[in-house]
Amino acid sequence: MEKRATFSMGWLGFAFILPQILLVFTFFYWPTGAAMYWAFTLERPWGGGNEWVGFDNFRQIFADRAYWGSIIRSLMFAASTAILSMAFGLLLAVACDRGLKGYQAFRTIFVWPYAVVAPAAALAFRFIFAPEAGIFASLVKAYPEFWNPAQNGYHAMAMIIICYSWKYAAYCFIFFLAALQAIPRSVIEASALDGAGVLRRVFDIQLPLITPTFFFMLVISITDSFQDSFGIVDVMTDGGPGKATELLVYKIYFDGFRGLDYSGAAAQSIVLMLIMMVLTFFQFRYIERRVHYS
Amino acid sequence: MIERTPLLNLATYAVMFIGALVVFVPLWLVFVGATLTVREINTPELHYITGSHLFENLQAAWARGNLGGRLLNSLIMSLGVATGKVVMSALTAFGLVYFRFPGRMLAFWLIFITLMLPLEVRIVPTYAVAANALWPFQSMLDVSGLTGLIQMLSGIQIGLEWNLLNSYTGLVLPLIATATGTFLYRQFFLTVPDELLEAARMDGAGPFRFLVEFLMPLSRTNMAALFTIMFLYAWNQYLWPLLATPDRAGFGTTAVVELKLLAPTVSTNGGGTPDWNVAMAGCLIVMLPPLLLVAFMQRYFVRGLIATEK
Repeated sequence: MEKRATFSMGWLGFAFILPQILLVFTFFYWPTGAAMYWAFTLERPWGGGNEWVGFDNFRQIFADRAYWGSIIRSLMFAASTAILSMAFGLLLAVACDRGLKGYQAFRTIFVWPYAVVAPAAALAFRFIFAPEAGIFASLVKAYPEFWNPAQNGYHAMAMIIICYSWKYAAYCFIFFLAALQAIPRSVIEASALDGAGVLRRVFDIQLPLITPTFFFMLVISITDSFQDSFGIVDVMTDGGPGKATELLVYKIYFDGFRGLDYSGAAAQSIVLMLIMMVLTFFQFRYIERRVHYS
Repeated sequence: MIERTPLLNLATYAVMFIGALVVFVPLWLVFVGATLTVREINTPELHYITGSHLFENLQAAWARGNLGGRLLNSLIMSLGVATGKVVMSALTAFGLVYFRFPGRMLAFWLIFITLMLPLEVRIVPTYAVAANALWPFQSMLDVSGLTGLIQMLSGIQIGLEWNLLNSYTGLVLPLIATATGTFLYRQFFLTVPDELLEAARMDGAGPFRFLVEFLMPLSRTNMAALFTIMFLYAWNQYLWPLLATPDRAGFGTTAVVELKLLAPTVSTNGGGTPDWNVAMAGCLIVMLPPLLLVAFMQRYFVRGLIATEK
């Protein structure tokens, strides 16, 4: 939709958007361009600029088993956090949507984890799952092998998945509840008059009606899990033990800033960007169908 | 709806109650942890009863993490980012909706596409830009041959340099550009009736006046929602402040980044047990501001989340 009535001074409009364009250019497009340049070149060891190497950097990262490992771990992390947080979020949203007495208090509580800073949540869960002091402490005393996230990679992974899902379930809850409450009352009342009970209405009417939100949350929780996991991994495990919790963004950070391998990190960034773009493209297709300008 | 479903109601309450427990128990264990002494907390058992050392631990965390200064840094950064994002998105959306100029749609798409490029995926080159924010412009001058030309003509070697590391500008600027906010404001401006502009113009209001005295008051709820969300977003930032503030002794960093130093990991302290009581006290302090904000601004918070899909 376009406005009929506008101001006539076009240059002034341009002046209004100029600051944002400058910011976007400096902090988005230039770095992205630089990442592409680095991904296809290699810095000469004794200075003197970069050398064009074509797809060598990409060949190198894809030949690297550590990189494939981090891709697989990231996908596992994305899938398990998506399933856990969406399942909990949806369950709580359906329960709240029944509108029983006092549900508002529960609603407030369920939103909280989203407001807890991710690294603080990470530190909290690290303490809770610490073998020396947390909930497993007495079990660990009896069976030392039972739980040790500092040594066992699977335990460390489980720990970051639980922490991330705890926080993200709140986010899913907010969206699912909003979607459920947007269903017209009349639809539900009509089915109630037809004799559909509460559970029947949930499974045959409410859940099918919120499938768009469901798919939207699925895509967004995958892209978010790539971006937002960094703080949790860094505070809880440092990517360890070994490389057991090294997710994609953590590896980019590690190779780029600790390993100082700009070309490798840039090539990894480009791959991650492509993954994000494909996912976001799906999401746009969906948003396009959903947003209507009156 | 009036129905008698006592069993189902009981089940629903049970689900909600368990959900509340899942939210509460970790927070409670953190609180309990912050009230114990080092000796108490390192006994291998589950601690669920509070001790009496809360204030000592809070003080210890405050002093050890230098949290006064760090919280101030976090506050300035979050206020800067939230204000910047609101102003920037309102200005851009105003320019895009109320003016006609060539390249308008291109500008819209240029801003919108940035949604696909979160900071995390372009972190290495963004760091390079922050080390010298004028690097892009210097390179353009170099490539276009202007640097050489100017040096030949005037003898001045152009070397643009503006280091953003260890400064509030550096913490804030890269996070300000916002596609979601711009989109939100654009949608809002599109719903404002055309007659309003016509009437305002009839009364002699120019573009600035129309923006400040008509559109801004109308968008108050939007503004509050966007501000709340973006404040939380900025307070939550971890990777960017971690990199953008290498000078820990001087400028310091944000409270959230400092938190990790209260409980070093295997790689940084060789596997020793952290002082969990102090770490949990620090955790409490850092958690509190956003929780308060959400408690007071719940309505705007939920609204903003859903509008920006953030």
